Amino acid sequence: MSKHTLSVLVENKPGVLARIAALFSRRGFNIDSLAVGPTEYPSVSRMTVVVDVEDSPLEQVTKQLNKLVNVIKIVELEPSASVQRELLLLKVRTDNETRPHILQTVELFRAKVIDVATDAVTIEATGSTDKLEALLRVLEPYGIRELVQSGVVAVGRGARSITDRTLRPLERLDRTA
Amino acid sequence: MVQGHSDDAETMTGAASLIRSLERAGVDTVFGIPGGAILPAYDPMFDSEQIRHVLVRHEQGAGHAAEGYALATGRVGVCMATSGPGATNLVTPIADAHMDSVPMVAVTGQVASAAIGTDAFQEADIRGITMPITKHNYLVTDPAEIPRTIAEAFHIASTGRPGPVLVDVAKDAMQMQTTFAWPDALDLPGYHPTTKPHGKQIREAARLITASRRPVLYVGGGVLRARAWTELRQLAELAGIPVVTTLTARGAFPDSHPLHLGMPGMHGTVAAVTSLQKSDLIIALGARFDDRVTGKLSSFAPGATVIHADIDPAEISKNRTADVPIVGDCKEVISELISAVQAEHAAGRQGDYAGWWSQLNQWRDRYPLGYTASEGGELAPQYVIERLGKIAGPEALYVAGVGQHQMWASQFIGYENPGTWLNSGGLGTMGFAVPAAMGAQVGKPDSTVWAIDGDGCFQMTNQELATCAIEGIPIKVAVINNASLGMVRQWQTLFYNERYSNTDLHSQRIPDFAKLAEAYGCVGLRCDKADDVDATIEKAMSVDDRPVVVDFGVHRDAMVWPMVAAGTSNDEIQIAKGMAPDWDRSDEA
Repeated sequence: MSKHTLSVLVENKPGVLARIAALFSRRGFNIDSLAVGPTEYPSVSRMTVVVDVEDSPLEQVTKQLNKLVNVIKIVELEPSASVQRELLLLKVRTDNETRPHILQTVELFRAKVIDVATDAVTIEATGSTDKLEALLRVLEPYGIRELVQSGVVAVGRGARSITDRTLRPLERLDRTA
Repeated sequence: MVQGHSDDAETMTGAASLIRSLERAGVDTVFGIPGGAILPAYDPMFDSEQIRHVLVRHEQGAGHAAEGYALATGRVGVCMATSGPGATNLVTPIADAHMDSVPMVAVTGQVASAAIGTDAFQEADIRGITMPITKHNYLVTDPAEIPRTIAEAFHIASTGRPGPVLVDVAKDAMQMQTTFAWPDALDLPGYHPTTKPHGKQIREAARLITASRRPVLYVGGGVLRARAWTELRQLAELAGIPVVTTLTARGAFPDSHPLHLGMPGMHGTVAAVTSLQKSDLIIALGARFDDRVTGKLSSFAPGATVIHADIDPAEISKNRTADVPIVGDCKEVISELISAVQAEHAAGRQGDYAGWWSQLNQWRDRYPLGYTASEGGELAPQYVIERLGKIAGPEALYVAGVGQHQMWASQFIGYENPGTWLNSGGLGTMGFAVPAAMGAQVGKPDSTVWAIDGDGCFQMTNQELATCAIEGIPIKVAVINNASLGMVRQWQTLFYNERYSNTDLHSQRIPDFAKLAEAYGCVGLRCDKADDVDATIEKAMSVDDRPVVVDFGVHRDAMVWPMVAAGTSNDEIQIAKGMAPDWDRSDEA
């Protein structure tokens, strides 16, 4: 099995997320992570789906996704040709003795402390899956009280946009962009 | 007040806008039942001069009738039901239409928008329920959206790979005042079916066709949906290639044609099954390598290169990897294949299939379809169906349920014309025949329509005989009555040591089908002797003012042969219990 990152442009209509989630489940695919949000076009949403499958079932699921009337476009983003990020919020147990070590780790990983209490700090970190895993490994010994993580969002490198050709007729948010 | 159709915006209720939209979509028939949430729509429908509403007795009947109408006419079938149980009763026919790519629009009423999500009376999330079994579906809560939604629904149902579309309309959206405005153009940024095939793939396919030695045209229901039967015949005759037609494609190529080897699959002919198995080139047209055709997939046609043409890219390489994938509408694909094969011929490259044909003809001659009489002299079901086909002829429409009678009806009636064989293929829905025959008869009022049904199937949907009798829909029903769930019984005979658990229906005793028919205002006939079969069928044919039901009491141990047992290889086809074809003998020549 191997991880694949799909960017799926969908019409911003009710029920679209349910259709896509149901399709993955019905065809027997597990979604590793899923992130949904708006794009530069108000009528279009973008989903970033990470799936763990072989190439041939991936082709089948992509074709099935393309059959959904509300799906406008699907692009697989190769790790080497894209930037992929996720967001982590992490509550770590601290005391006066451990706090400096934890803050140092936060510095090293270019993360941020966003909340402090006497016995815990809350850390915000963004980065690739690998980086966030490394951060977690370092902080784990101090005691992780709570962890919440977003799905991966990803965008292709360079000037080209996956929305360019497909969505030109649609109205953009900012015409100068 | 504006009469008739107008593109000018006009004020009316959402319900009137819905009916006007159906009229603008060209609807002439709706099969349905009113109820609370859909009631507003039935008021303006009462006044429609264009739409005939056929009041069915169960919503499942409305759904299958819409399918029958669509299959017989090629137009979109329409059914209507209320919220909750009305809508959930449509689930089976919607799933059936989805599996067999039947163009259908189902309109359901939904509880008022403020009540959605509150578990209100007769509320069911029918859009959620039907998401995996529709091509697309909608929930409309804004009356202004009604015309655009209906226009999109008909467009999506009837283009590309056809299928069912459900439009769920909240009751208050039908009650509110709105402006009717039929859209000039549709805005579906994610829906662009590919109909024109890629020229390079077509040329490669033509090259393989002339270079191959053992080619077969594997024809599926897509050829009928694309109305490509004329092109198919031209291509087959031009190339001189054998044709097999799947269960959903029967009638796409004449059974009497010398190039036709019959139906492939679990109950296909030895020649059709084996031709695919031994071929070096399969040209799949609008077919989907279903498990009932391929048998055990890993052993299917091991030596074949595969050209796979389908309008749905997701079908290509789904089950069997295609060597030459062609995405396109079968009519365009086959037309272009004809030109490309002609070009090959002009360049001096002609296929040489003489050896192949001599092999095929041996299989065909040695293992024709047949059946044996019962030891006790009971009526053979195959004989009844064979005579029915002869007497009603190739212009009649034949509509089957699911099971043994369906297989025999596929095997023993000669189909010469497209659109004359209607059945439930993919979903295998028992109870399909009577309501689908009703829909077909409404769509083709001048044709003779025979439902060929089993006694199990018939008892699932025969309430629609009342609809037929009252609405003047004179279908004819042949109940092939072996008093059991025959196909299940056949599997118990073959695979469960003849332990007949719960397959005996006692339907030669209860109910009395002839009396039941009379009670429904139909003519009821009975026949259980071979000598009476012709006269009984002729008597049924002579009735044209009422539906007719003929109860044929048949031998219950009759089995469907040939058979490839589920999950086994097509190489293990049996022509009777424990009898395989004699391959050694046929391979010598």
